[in-house]
Amino acid sequence: MTPAAATATTNAGPAVVFDNVYLGFDEGDILRGVSFSVPARETLVLLGETGTGKTLTLKLATGLLKPTRGSVSVLGQEVSIMSERELLHLRERIGFVFQEGALFDSMTVGENVAYRLREEHVKEEEIEPRVNEALQFVELEHTADQLPSELSGGMRRRVSIARALINRPDIVLYDSPTAGLDPITSQTIISLILRLRDVYGVTALMATQRLQDGFALANFSFDKETKHVVRANPAKGAKDGQIAAATRFIVYKDGRIYFEGDPQELSGTKDPYLRRFLV
Amino acid sequence: MAGTPLQIERDASPEPKLSIVDVLVDSLKRWVASVQDYSFLSARSVKNLATGPRYFQDTLDQMDDIGVGSLPIVLISGFFIGAVMVLQTGSQFTRFGQAALTGDIVAIALVRELGPTLTGILVAGRCSSGIASELGSMLVTEQVDAMRAMGTDPSRKLITPRVLATVLVLPLLTALNDFVGLLGGCVASVFSLRLGAVEFWTRAIKALDFADLMQGFTKPMVYGFILATVGCYKGLNVRGGTQGVGRATTQAVVLASVMIIAADLFLTKLALYLGDKLF
Repeated sequence: MTPAAATATTNAGPAVVFDNVYLGFDEGDILRGVSFSVPARETLVLLGETGTGKTLTLKLATGLLKPTRGSVSVLGQEVSIMSERELLHLRERIGFVFQEGALFDSMTVGENVAYRLREEHVKEEEIEPRVNEALQFVELEHTADQLPSELSGGMRRRVSIARALINRPDIVLYDSPTAGLDPITSQTIISLILRLRDVYGVTALMATQRLQDGFALANFSFDKETKHVVRANPAKGAKDGQIAAATRFIVYKDGRIYFEGDPQELSGTKDPYLRRFLV
Repeated sequence: MAGTPLQIERDASPEPKLSIVDVLVDSLKRWVASVQDYSFLSARSVKNLATGPRYFQDTLDQMDDIGVGSLPIVLISGFFIGAVMVLQTGSQFTRFGQAALTGDIVAIALVRELGPTLTGILVAGRCSSGIASELGSMLVTEQVDAMRAMGTDPSRKLITPRVLATVLVLPLLTALNDFVGLLGGCVASVFSLRLGAVEFWTRAIKALDFADLMQGFTKPMVYGFILATVGCYKGLNVRGGTQGVGRATTQAVVLASVMIIAADLFLTKLALYLGDKLF
Protein backbone atom coordinates (compact mmCIF):
# COMPACT_ATOMS: atom_id res chain seq x y z
CA MET A 1 0.00 0.00 0.00
CA THR A 2 1.22 3.49 -0.77
CA PRO A 3 1.29 5.53 2.41
CA ALA A 4 -1.62 7.93 2.50
CA ALA A 5 0.76 10.43 4.01
CA ALA A 6 2.17 10.98 0.56
CA THR A 7 -1.18 12.38 -0.53
CA ALA A 8 -1.79 14.18 2.72
CA THR A 9 1.48 16.02 2.66
CA THR A 10 0.80 17.28 -0.85
CA ASN A 11 -2.03 19.37 0.64
CA ALA A 12 -0.54 22.64 1.79
CA GLY A 13 -1.67 23.59 5.30
CA PRO A 14 -3.44 21.67 8.02
CA ALA A 15 -5.56 18.60 7.30
CA VAL A 16 -8.51 19.74 9.46
CA VAL A 17 -9.42 23.27 10.57
CA PHE A 18 -12.35 24.26 12.80
CA ASP A 19 -12.87 28.00 12.96
CA ASN A 20 -15.27 29.34 15.61
CA VAL A 21 -17.73 26.47 15.05
CA TYR A 22 -21.17 26.50 16.65
CA LEU A 23 -23.63 23.63 16.41
CA GLY A 24 -27.06 23.73 17.95
CA PHE A 25 -30.29 21.75 18.04
CA ASP A 26 -33.74 22.51 19.45
CA GLU A 27 -32.44 22.15 23.00
CA GLY A 28 -29.66 24.74 22.49
CA ASP A 29 -26.05 25.00 21.33
CA ILE A 30 -23.92 21.88 21.87
CA LEU A 31 -20.70 23.30 20.42
CA ARG A 32 -19.95 26.95 21.20
CA GLY A 33 -17.14 28.59 19.29
CA VAL A 34 -14.81 25.61 18.81
CA SER A 35 -11.56 26.40 16.97
CA PHE A 36 -8.58 24.11 16.34
CA SER A 37 -6.44 22.84 13.53
CA VAL A 38 -4.83 19.45 12.94
CA PRO A 39 -1.68 19.30 10.82
CA ALA A 40 -1.17 16.33 8.47
CA ARG A 41 0.00 13.14 10.25
CA GLU A 42 -0.99 14.50 13.65
CA THR A 43 -3.34 12.62 15.98
CA LEU A 44 -5.82 14.78 17.85
CA VAL A 45 -7.49 13.17 20.86
CA LEU A 46 -10.88 14.69 21.76
CA LEU A 47 -11.67 14.12 25.41
CA GLY A 48 -14.78 15.06 27.30
CA GLU A 49 -17.76 13.84 29.21
CA THR A 50 -20.75 12.30 27.45
CA GLY A 51 -22.77 14.85 25.50
CA THR A 52 -20.03 17.47 25.20
CA GLY A 53 -19.94 17.25 21.41
CA LYS A 54 -17.03 14.90 20.61
CA THR A 55 -18.99 12.75 18.15
CA LEU A 56 -20.60 15.86 16.66
CA THR A 57 -17.12 17.26 16.01
CA LEU A 58 -16.23 14.15 14.00
CA LYS A 59 -19.52 14.31 12.10
CA LEU A 60 -18.87 17.98 11.31
CA ALA A 61 -15.39 17.09 10.05
CA THR A 62 -16.83 14.67 7.52
CA GLY A 63 -19.75 16.91 6.55
CA LEU A 64 -22.43 14.62 8.00
CA LEU A 65 -23.59 17.67 9.96
CA LYS A 66 -23.37 21.36 9.08
CA PRO A 67 -22.34 23.95 11.66
CA THR A 68 -24.90 26.59 12.56
CA ARG A 69 -22.03 29.12 12.58
CA GLY A 70 -18.33 29.08 11.76
CA SER A 71 -16.44 27.06 9.19
CA VAL A 72 -14.94 23.58 8.92
CA SER A 73 -12.20 22.87 6.39
CA VAL A 74 -10.88 19.41 5.59
CA LEU A 75 -7.97 18.74 3.22
CA GLY A 76 -8.15 22.33 2.05
CA GLN A 77 -11.87 22.26 1.23
CA GLU A 78 -14.53 24.04 3.24
CA VAL A 79 -16.97 21.25 4.04
CA SER A 80 -19.41 23.56 5.81
CA ILE A 81 -20.46 25.16 2.50
CA MET A 82 -20.14 22.14 0.19
CA SER A 83 -23.18 20.43 -1.32
CA GLU A 84 -23.90 16.79 -0.44
CA ARG A 85 -22.78 15.74 -3.93
CA GLU A 86 -19.42 17.50 -3.54
CA LEU A 87 -19.03 16.04 -0.07
CA LEU A 88 -19.51 12.48 -1.38
CA HIS A 89 -16.26 12.87 -3.36
CA LEU A 90 -14.34 14.39 -0.45
CA ARG A 91 -15.50 11.60 1.88
CA GLU A 92 -13.72 9.09 -0.34
CA ARG A 93 -10.52 10.45 1.26
CA ILE A 94 -11.81 10.15 4.83
CA GLY A 95 -12.26 6.98 6.87
CA PHE A 96 -14.80 6.93 9.70
CA VAL A 97 -14.82 4.30 12.45
CA PHE A 98 -18.19 4.54 14.18
CA GLN A 99 -18.69 3.83 17.88
CA GLU A 100 -20.53 0.55 17.38
CA GLY A 101 -18.86 -0.21 14.07
CA ALA A 102 -21.98 0.63 11.99
CA LEU A 103 -21.35 -2.38 9.78
CA PHE A 104 -24.04 -3.19 7.21
CA ASP A 105 -25.75 -6.10 8.91
CA SER A 106 -27.18 -7.61 5.73
CA MET A 107 -23.69 -7.95 4.19
CA THR A 108 -20.86 -10.30 5.08
CA VAL A 109 -17.64 -8.98 6.62
CA GLY A 110 -15.90 -9.24 3.23
CA GLU A 111 -18.70 -7.34 1.49
CA ASN A 112 -18.60 -4.67 4.19
CA VAL A 113 -14.87 -4.15 3.71
CA ALA A 114 -15.22 -4.23 -0.09
CA TYR A 115 -18.19 -1.83 -0.06
CA ARG A 116 -16.23 1.30 -0.85
CA LEU A 117 -14.24 -0.34 -3.65
CA ARG A 118 -17.43 -1.64 -5.30
CA GLU A 119 -18.94 1.85 -5.06
CA GLU A 120 -15.86 3.16 -6.85
CA HIS A 121 -16.25 0.41 -9.52
CA VAL A 122 -12.85 -1.10 -8.81
CA LYS A 123 -12.31 -4.30 -10.82
CA GLU A 124 -13.46 -7.45 -9.01
CA GLU A 125 -10.06 -9.16 -9.43
CA GLU A 126 -8.46 -6.21 -7.62
CA ILE A 127 -11.05 -6.14 -4.82
CA GLU A 128 -10.38 -9.57 -3.32
CA PRO A 129 -6.65 -9.12 -2.61
CA ARG A 130 -7.27 -5.66 -1.18
CA VAL A 131 -10.04 -6.94 1.09
CA ASN A 132 -7.78 -9.79 2.24
CA GLU A 133 -4.97 -7.31 2.89
CA ALA A 134 -7.26 -5.05 4.96
CA LEU A 135 -8.64 -8.00 6.91
CA GLN A 136 -5.13 -9.35 7.49
CA PHE A 137 -4.20 -5.93 8.85
CA VAL A 138 -6.83 -6.31 11.56
CA GLU A 139 -6.09 -10.06 11.85
CA LEU A 140 -9.59 -11.10 10.86
CA GLU A 141 -9.04 -12.66 7.44
CA HIS A 142 -10.87 -15.82 8.55
CA THR A 143 -14.14 -13.90 9.09
CA ALA A 144 -14.65 -12.70 5.50
CA ASP A 145 -17.74 -14.88 4.95
CA GLN A 146 -19.33 -14.27 8.34
CA LEU A 147 -22.12 -11.80 9.06
CA PRO A 148 -21.43 -8.93 11.49
CA SER A 149 -24.00 -10.38 13.90
CA GLU A 150 -21.75 -13.45 14.29
CA LEU A 151 -18.82 -11.32 15.54
CA SER A 152 -18.02 -9.98 18.99
CA GLY A 153 -18.09 -6.22 19.69
CA GLY A 154 -14.31 -5.95 19.46
CA MET A 155 -14.18 -7.87 16.19
CA ARG A 156 -16.86 -5.60 14.73
CA ARG A 157 -14.72 -2.54 15.59
CA ARG A 158 -11.72 -4.18 13.92
CA VAL A 159 -13.75 -4.87 10.78
CA SER A 160 -14.85 -1.24 10.89
CA ILE A 161 -11.18 -0.20 10.94
CA ALA A 162 -10.49 -2.50 7.98
CA ARG A 163 -13.43 -0.93 6.13
CA ALA A 164 -12.15 2.56 6.90
CA LEU A 165 -8.62 1.89 5.61
CA ILE A 166 -9.57 -0.05 2.45
CA ASN A 167 -9.19 2.91 0.10
CA ARG A 168 -6.14 4.37 1.86
CA PRO A 169 -7.73 7.49 3.34
CA ASP A 170 -5.76 10.60 4.24
CA ILE A 171 -7.73 11.13 7.44
CA VAL A 172 -9.34 8.61 9.79
CA LEU A 173 -11.95 9.64 12.38
CA TYR A 174 -12.44 7.31 15.34
CA ASP A 175 -15.59 7.68 17.42
CA SER A 176 -14.93 6.11 20.86
CA PRO A 177 -13.28 3.04 19.31
CA THR A 178 -12.75 1.32 22.66
CA ALA A 179 -16.02 2.25 24.38
CA GLY A 180 -17.59 -0.72 26.13
CA LEU A 181 -14.73 -3.11 25.37
CA ASP A 182 -12.65 -5.11 27.83
CA PRO A 183 -9.05 -3.89 28.47
CA ILE A 184 -7.39 -6.56 26.30
CA THR A 185 -9.65 -5.91 23.29
CA SER A 186 -9.20 -2.15 23.82
CA GLN A 187 -5.44 -2.66 23.67
CA THR A 188 -5.82 -4.56 20.39
CA ILE A 189 -7.86 -1.71 18.91
CA ILE A 190 -5.31 0.89 20.04
CA SER A 191 -2.49 -1.20 18.55
CA LEU A 192 -4.35 -1.20 15.24
CA ILE A 193 -4.78 2.57 15.37
CA LEU A 194 -1.05 2.89 16.06
CA ARG A 195 -0.22 0.64 13.12
CA LEU A 196 -2.55 2.57 10.85
CA ARG A 197 -0.90 5.83 11.93
CA ASP A 198 2.70 4.65 11.74
CA VAL A 199 2.48 2.38 8.68
CA TYR A 200 0.22 4.50 6.50
CA GLY A 201 0.85 7.90 8.10
CA VAL A 202 -2.79 8.93 8.36
CA THR A 203 -4.01 12.04 10.16
CA ALA A 204 -6.40 11.02 12.92
CA LEU A 205 -9.09 12.51 15.13
CA MET A 206 -10.11 10.25 17.99
CA ALA A 207 -13.06 10.99 20.25
CA THR A 208 -12.80 9.10 23.52
CA GLN A 209 -13.63 9.18 27.20
CA ARG A 210 -10.60 7.05 28.07
CA LEU A 211 -7.49 9.11 28.67
CA GLN A 212 -5.28 6.01 28.62
CA ASP A 213 -6.13 5.50 24.93
CA GLY A 214 -4.79 8.98 24.16
CA PHE A 215 -1.64 8.43 26.21
CA ALA A 216 -1.08 5.08 24.49
CA LEU A 217 -1.12 6.85 21.13
CA ALA A 218 1.29 9.48 22.45
CA ASN A 219 3.74 7.14 24.17
CA PHE A 220 3.87 4.14 21.84
CA SER A 221 4.57 3.58 18.18
CA PHE A 222 4.50 0.69 15.73
CA ASP A 223 7.94 -0.51 14.69
CA LYS A 224 7.76 -1.49 11.03
CA GLU A 225 10.90 -3.62 11.25
CA THR A 226 10.01 -5.75 14.27
CA LYS A 227 6.26 -5.40 13.58
CA HIS A 228 5.66 -4.75 17.26
CA VAL A 229 4.25 -1.89 19.29
CA VAL A 230 7.17 -0.27 21.13
CA ARG A 231 7.63 2.73 23.41
CA ALA A 232 7.94 5.82 21.21
CA ASN A 233 11.51 6.98 20.66
CA PRO A 234 11.60 10.38 18.93
CA ALA A 235 15.42 10.26 18.78
CA LYS A 236 15.32 7.07 16.67
CA GLY A 237 12.74 8.59 14.33
CA ALA A 238 14.87 11.71 13.89
CA LYS A 239 17.93 9.54 13.18
CA ASP A 240 15.98 7.66 10.48
CA GLY A 241 14.91 10.95 8.93
CA GLN A 242 11.30 10.49 10.04
CA ILE A 243 9.22 12.85 12.11
CA ALA A 244 7.51 11.12 15.02
CA ALA A 245 3.72 11.30 14.75
CA ALA A 246 2.55 14.03 17.13
CA THR A 247 -0.37 13.56 19.49
CA ARG A 248 -2.31 16.45 20.95
CA PHE A 249 -5.25 16.58 23.32
CA ILE A 250 -8.37 18.71 23.37
CA VAL A 251 -10.71 18.55 26.36
CA TYR A 252 -14.29 19.75 25.90
CA LYS A 253 -16.39 21.23 28.66
CA ASP A 254 -19.85 22.70 28.13
CA GLY A 255 -19.39 22.78 24.37
CA ARG A 256 -16.16 24.77 24.53
CA ILE A 257 -12.50 23.81 24.38
CA TYR A 258 -11.37 23.74 28.01
CA PHE A 259 -7.84 22.51 27.37
CA GLU A 260 -5.61 22.13 24.35
CA GLY A 261 -2.09 20.83 24.59
CA ASP A 262 0.36 17.96 24.41
CA PRO A 263 0.38 14.86 26.66
CA GLN A 264 3.04 16.32 29.00
CA GLU A 265 0.98 19.45 29.64
CA LEU A 266 -2.13 17.39 30.33
CA SER A 267 -0.42 14.90 32.63
CA GLY A 268 1.23 17.73 34.59
CA THR A 269 -1.92 19.80 35.00
CA LYS A 270 -3.10 21.01 38.42
CA ASP A 271 -6.58 21.93 37.12
CA PRO A 272 -9.21 20.10 39.23
CA TYR A 273 -11.50 19.42 36.25
CA LEU A 274 -8.69 17.97 34.14
CA ARG A 275 -7.38 15.99 37.11
CA ARG A 276 -10.69 14.09 37.07
CA PHE A 277 -9.70 12.59 33.71
CA LEU A 278 -6.29 11.58 35.05
CA VAL A 279 -7.64 9.50 37.93
CA MET B 1 -44.28 15.36 53.15
CA ALA B 2 -42.39 18.59 52.85
CA GLY B 3 -38.75 18.45 53.90
CA THR B 4 -38.30 14.70 53.33
CA PRO B 5 -35.74 13.39 50.85
CA LEU B 6 -38.56 12.08 48.66
CA GLN B 7 -40.14 15.45 48.26
CA ILE B 8 -40.09 16.69 44.70
CA GLU B 9 -39.34 20.35 44.62
CA ARG B 10 -41.16 22.18 41.88
CA ASP B 11 -39.43 24.87 39.91
CA ALA B 12 -40.55 28.23 41.24
CA SER B 13 -40.84 29.79 37.77
CA PRO B 14 -44.12 28.70 36.17
CA GLU B 15 -43.95 27.08 32.75
CA PRO B 16 -45.23 29.36 30.00
CA LYS B 17 -48.84 28.45 29.24
CA LEU B 18 -49.65 27.53 25.68
CA SER B 19 -53.02 28.45 24.28
CA ILE B 20 -55.02 26.03 22.13
CA VAL B 21 -54.30 28.24 19.13
CA ASP B 22 -50.52 27.95 19.75
CA VAL B 23 -50.78 24.16 19.98
CA LEU B 24 -52.86 23.98 16.77
CA VAL B 25 -50.51 26.31 14.89
CA ASP B 26 -47.52 24.24 16.07
CA SER B 27 -49.14 20.99 14.93
CA LEU B 28 -50.06 22.52 11.59
CA LYS B 29 -46.49 23.74 11.08
CA ARG B 30 -45.12 20.28 11.86
CA TRP B 31 -47.62 18.68 9.50
CA VAL B 32 -46.75 21.10 6.67
CA ALA B 33 -43.02 20.43 7.29
CA SER B 34 -43.65 16.66 7.13
CA VAL B 35 -45.59 16.99 3.87
CA GLN B 36 -42.76 19.10 2.46
CA ASP B 37 -40.10 16.56 3.54
CA TYR B 38 -42.14 13.69 2.12
CA SER B 39 -42.60 15.56 -1.17
CA PHE B 40 -38.85 16.24 -1.42
CA LEU B 41 -38.04 12.59 -0.72
CA SER B 42 -40.56 11.42 -3.33
CA ALA B 43 -39.32 13.88 -5.95
CA ARG B 44 -35.72 12.89 -5.26
CA SER B 45 -36.48 9.19 -5.64
CA VAL B 46 -37.70 9.92 -9.19
CA LYS B 47 -35.02 12.49 -10.03
CA ASN B 48 -32.29 9.99 -9.13
CA LEU B 49 -33.39 7.85 -12.11
CA ALA B 50 -32.16 10.53 -14.50
CA THR B 51 -28.53 10.50 -13.35
CA GLY B 52 -26.02 7.95 -12.07
CA PRO B 53 -24.94 6.10 -10.10
CA ARG B 54 -27.79 3.60 -10.48
CA TYR B 55 -28.14 0.45 -8.43
CA PHE B 56 -29.63 -2.19 -10.75
CA GLN B 57 -28.67 -5.13 -8.55
CA ASP B 58 -30.31 -3.51 -5.52
CA THR B 59 -33.45 -2.89 -7.61
CA LEU B 60 -33.55 -6.55 -8.69
CA ASP B 61 -33.04 -7.69 -5.10
CA GLN B 62 -35.92 -5.48 -3.99
CA MET B 63 -38.14 -6.75 -6.82
CA ASP B 64 -37.43 -10.27 -5.62
CA ASP B 65 -38.12 -9.38 -2.01
CA ILE B 66 -41.22 -7.27 -2.61
CA GLY B 67 -42.63 -9.13 -5.63
CA VAL B 68 -41.84 -12.79 -5.07
CA GLY B 69 -42.01 -12.39 -1.29
CA SER B 70 -45.53 -10.95 -1.46
CA LEU B 71 -46.87 -13.59 -3.87
CA PRO B 72 -48.29 -16.03 -1.27
CA ILE B 73 -50.36 -13.43 0.61
CA VAL B 74 -51.57 -11.82 -2.62
CA LEU B 75 -52.59 -15.12 -4.24
CA ILE B 76 -54.27 -16.63 -1.18
CA SER B 77 -56.16 -13.41 -0.41
CA GLY B 78 -57.12 -12.93 -4.07
CA PHE B 79 -58.60 -16.43 -4.32
CA PHE B 80 -60.83 -16.02 -1.28
CA ILE B 81 -61.88 -12.46 -2.15
CA GLY B 82 -63.02 -13.62 -5.60
CA ALA B 83 -64.94 -16.54 -4.06
CA VAL B 84 -66.62 -14.34 -1.43
CA MET B 85 -67.62 -11.80 -4.08
CA VAL B 86 -69.33 -14.50 -6.09
CA LEU B 87 -71.20 -15.75 -3.03
CA GLN B 88 -72.35 -12.25 -2.06
CA THR B 89 -73.35 -11.01 -5.52
CA GLY B 90 -74.64 -14.41 -6.63
CA SER B 91 -77.13 -14.63 -3.76
CA GLN B 92 -78.64 -11.28 -4.84
CA PHE B 93 -78.67 -12.04 -8.58
CA THR B 94 -80.27 -15.44 -8.00
CA ARG B 95 -83.29 -13.70 -6.47
CA PHE B 96 -83.87 -11.99 -9.83
CA GLY B 97 -82.96 -15.05 -11.90
CA GLN B 98 -79.81 -13.37 -13.19
CA ALA B 99 -77.11 -15.56 -11.62
CA ALA B 100 -75.24 -15.62 -14.92
CA LEU B 101 -74.34 -11.91 -14.45
CA THR B 102 -72.13 -12.85 -11.53
CA GLY B 103 -69.08 -13.33 -13.77
CA ASP B 104 -69.50 -9.83 -15.25
CA ILE B 105 -69.75 -8.12 -11.90
CA VAL B 106 -66.92 -10.01 -10.27
CA ALA B 107 -64.58 -9.38 -13.23
CA ILE B 108 -65.28 -5.65 -13.35
CA ALA B 109 -65.07 -5.20 -9.58
CA LEU B 110 -61.86 -7.20 -9.31
CA VAL B 111 -60.00 -5.68 -12.22
CA ARG B 112 -61.07 -2.07 -11.71
CA GLU B 113 -61.16 -1.81 -7.99
CA LEU B 114 -60.62 -4.70 -5.62
CA GLY B 115 -57.56 -6.19 -7.29
CA PRO B 116 -55.43 -3.03 -7.33
CA THR B 117 -56.60 -1.64 -3.99
CA LEU B 118 -56.44 -4.86 -2.01
CA THR B 119 -53.07 -5.78 -3.52
CA GLY B 120 -51.84 -2.29 -2.64
CA ILE B 121 -53.05 -2.56 0.95
CA LEU B 122 -51.72 -6.13 1.37
CA VAL B 123 -48.30 -5.20 0.01
CA ALA B 124 -48.34 -2.00 2.11
CA GLY B 125 -48.91 -4.16 5.19
CA ARG B 126 -45.97 -6.33 4.33
CA CYS B 127 -43.54 -3.99 2.58
CA SER B 128 -44.14 -0.45 3.90
CA SER B 129 -43.57 -1.87 7.35
CA GLY B 130 -40.57 -3.86 6.16
CA ILE B 131 -39.00 -0.87 4.43
CA ALA B 132 -39.66 1.42 7.41
CA SER B 133 -38.22 -1.02 9.93
CA GLU B 134 -35.19 -1.85 7.80
CA LEU B 135 -34.28 1.77 7.07
CA GLY B 136 -35.18 2.83 10.61
CA SER B 137 -32.86 0.18 12.08
CA MET B 138 -30.12 1.26 9.69
CA LEU B 139 -30.60 4.85 10.81
CA VAL B 140 -30.43 4.16 14.56
CA THR B 141 -27.37 1.92 14.18
CA GLU B 142 -25.62 4.66 12.16
CA GLN B 143 -25.48 2.52 9.01
CA VAL B 144 -27.04 5.36 7.00
CA ASP B 145 -24.37 7.75 8.32
CA ALA B 146 -21.71 5.15 7.55
CA MET B 147 -23.03 4.98 4.00
CA ARG B 148 -22.81 8.76 3.64
CA ALA B 149 -19.38 8.77 5.25
CA MET B 150 -18.20 6.31 2.59
CA GLY B 151 -19.34 8.54 -0.24
CA THR B 152 -22.70 6.90 -1.05
CA ASP B 153 -25.90 8.89 -1.44
CA PRO B 154 -28.49 6.97 0.66
CA SER B 155 -31.37 8.28 -1.45
CA ARG B 156 -29.86 6.58 -4.52
CA LYS B 157 -28.82 3.39 -2.76
CA LEU B 158 -31.78 2.90 -0.42
CA ILE B 159 -34.81 4.84 -1.67
CA THR B 160 -34.80 4.77 -5.47
CA PRO B 161 -34.30 0.98 -5.84
CA ARG B 162 -37.18 0.32 -3.41
CA VAL B 163 -39.52 2.80 -5.11
CA LEU B 164 -38.68 1.58 -8.62
CA ALA B 165 -39.00 -2.08 -7.63
CA THR B 166 -42.39 -1.55 -6.00
CA VAL B 167 -43.76 0.49 -8.92
CA LEU B 168 -42.71 -2.26 -11.33
CA VAL B 169 -43.89 -5.31 -9.39
CA LEU B 170 -47.21 -4.10 -8.04
CA PRO B 171 -49.02 -4.18 -11.44
CA LEU B 172 -47.70 -7.74 -11.92
CA LEU B 173 -48.92 -8.78 -8.49
CA THR B 174 -52.27 -7.14 -9.25
CA ALA B 175 -52.59 -9.10 -12.52
CA LEU B 176 -51.99 -12.33 -10.64
CA ASN B 177 -54.39 -11.28 -7.90
CA ASP B 178 -57.08 -10.56 -10.52
CA PHE B 179 -56.55 -13.91 -12.21
CA VAL B 180 -56.58 -15.91 -8.97
CA GLY B 181 -59.59 -13.89 -7.78
CA LEU B 182 -61.50 -14.88 -10.91
CA LEU B 183 -60.38 -18.46 -10.35
CA GLY B 184 -61.78 -18.33 -6.81
CA GLY B 185 -64.97 -16.78 -8.17
CA CYS B 186 -65.23 -19.52 -10.77
CA VAL B 187 -64.85 -22.27 -8.14
CA ALA B 188 -67.51 -20.63 -5.94
CA SER B 189 -69.92 -20.13 -8.84
CA VAL B 190 -69.54 -23.73 -10.01
CA PHE B 191 -70.02 -25.30 -6.58
CA SER B 192 -72.41 -22.78 -5.02
CA LEU B 193 -74.43 -21.22 -7.85
CA ARG B 194 -74.24 -24.27 -10.15
CA LEU B 195 -73.01 -22.09 -13.03
CA GLY B 196 -70.79 -23.56 -15.76
CA ALA B 197 -67.07 -22.68 -15.56
CA VAL B 198 -66.96 -21.87 -19.27
CA GLU B 199 -69.98 -19.57 -18.98
CA PHE B 200 -68.40 -17.79 -16.00
CA TRP B 201 -65.08 -17.18 -17.77
CA THR B 202 -66.71 -16.18 -21.05
CA ARG B 203 -68.91 -13.58 -19.38
CA ALA B 204 -66.06 -12.36 -17.15
CA ILE B 205 -63.71 -11.78 -20.09
CA LYS B 206 -66.41 -10.22 -22.29
CA ALA B 207 -67.37 -7.80 -19.51
CA LEU B 208 -63.93 -6.23 -19.49
CA ASP B 209 -62.80 -3.61 -21.96
CA PHE B 210 -59.50 -1.82 -22.51
CA ALA B 211 -60.38 1.09 -20.20
CA ASP B 212 -60.91 -1.35 -17.33
CA LEU B 213 -57.50 -2.88 -17.86
CA MET B 214 -55.87 0.55 -18.11
CA GLN B 215 -57.50 1.56 -14.86
CA GLY B 216 -56.62 -1.74 -13.23
CA PHE B 217 -52.94 -1.55 -14.07
CA THR B 218 -52.32 2.19 -13.67
CA LYS B 219 -53.63 2.31 -10.13
CA PRO B 220 -51.13 -0.21 -8.72
CA MET B 221 -48.22 1.80 -10.12
CA VAL B 222 -49.38 4.81 -8.09
CA TYR B 223 -50.05 2.62 -5.06
CA GLY B 224 -46.58 1.11 -5.36
CA PHE B 225 -45.06 4.58 -5.40
CA ILE B 226 -47.09 5.59 -2.35
CA LEU B 227 -46.32 2.53 -0.23
CA ALA B 228 -42.59 2.58 -0.99
CA THR B 229 -42.08 6.32 -0.45
CA VAL B 230 -44.13 6.28 2.77
CA GLY B 231 -42.08 3.34 4.06
CA CYS B 232 -38.81 5.08 3.17
CA TYR B 233 -39.94 8.42 4.64
CA LYS B 234 -41.05 6.90 7.93
CA GLY B 235 -37.93 4.73 8.16
CA LEU B 236 -35.51 7.57 7.51
CA ASN B 237 -37.25 9.88 9.98
CA VAL B 238 -37.16 7.57 12.97
CA ARG B 239 -36.71 9.33 16.31
CA GLY B 240 -36.20 7.60 19.62
CA GLY B 241 -34.11 4.48 18.99
CA THR B 242 -35.61 1.02 18.69
CA GLN B 243 -38.93 2.14 20.17
CA GLY B 244 -39.07 4.75 17.41
CA VAL B 245 -38.50 2.03 14.82
CA GLY B 246 -41.58 0.17 16.06
CA ARG B 247 -43.63 3.36 15.97
CA ALA B 248 -42.44 4.22 12.46
CA THR B 249 -43.31 0.72 11.24
CA THR B 250 -46.90 1.01 12.45
CA GLN B 251 -47.25 4.55 11.14
CA ALA B 252 -45.92 3.51 7.73
CA VAL B 253 -48.58 0.79 7.31
CA VAL B 254 -51.43 2.98 8.53
CA LEU B 255 -50.41 6.01 6.49
CA ALA B 256 -49.72 4.02 3.32
CA SER B 257 -53.08 2.19 3.57
CA VAL B 258 -55.04 5.41 4.15
CA MET B 259 -53.20 7.19 1.33
CA ILE B 260 -53.89 4.28 -1.04
CA ILE B 261 -57.62 4.36 -0.25
CA ALA B 262 -57.73 8.16 -0.59
CA ALA B 263 -55.77 8.05 -3.86
CA ASP B 264 -58.20 5.42 -5.14
CA LEU B 265 -61.06 7.94 -5.11
CA PHE B 266 -59.19 10.45 -7.24
CA LEU B 267 -57.69 7.83 -9.55
CA THR B 268 -61.11 6.24 -10.13
CA LYS B 269 -62.65 9.60 -11.01
CA LEU B 270 -59.75 10.39 -13.33
CA ALA B 271 -59.83 6.93 -14.93
CA LEU B 272 -63.59 7.13 -15.57
CA TYR B 273 -63.21 10.60 -17.07
CA LEU B 274 -60.34 9.52 -19.32
CA GLY B 275 -62.15 6.27 -20.17
CA ASP B 276 -65.13 8.27 -21.45
CA LYS B 277 -62.95 10.68 -23.43
CA LEU B 278 -60.42 8.28 -24.92
CA PHE B 279 -61.99 4.85 -25.31
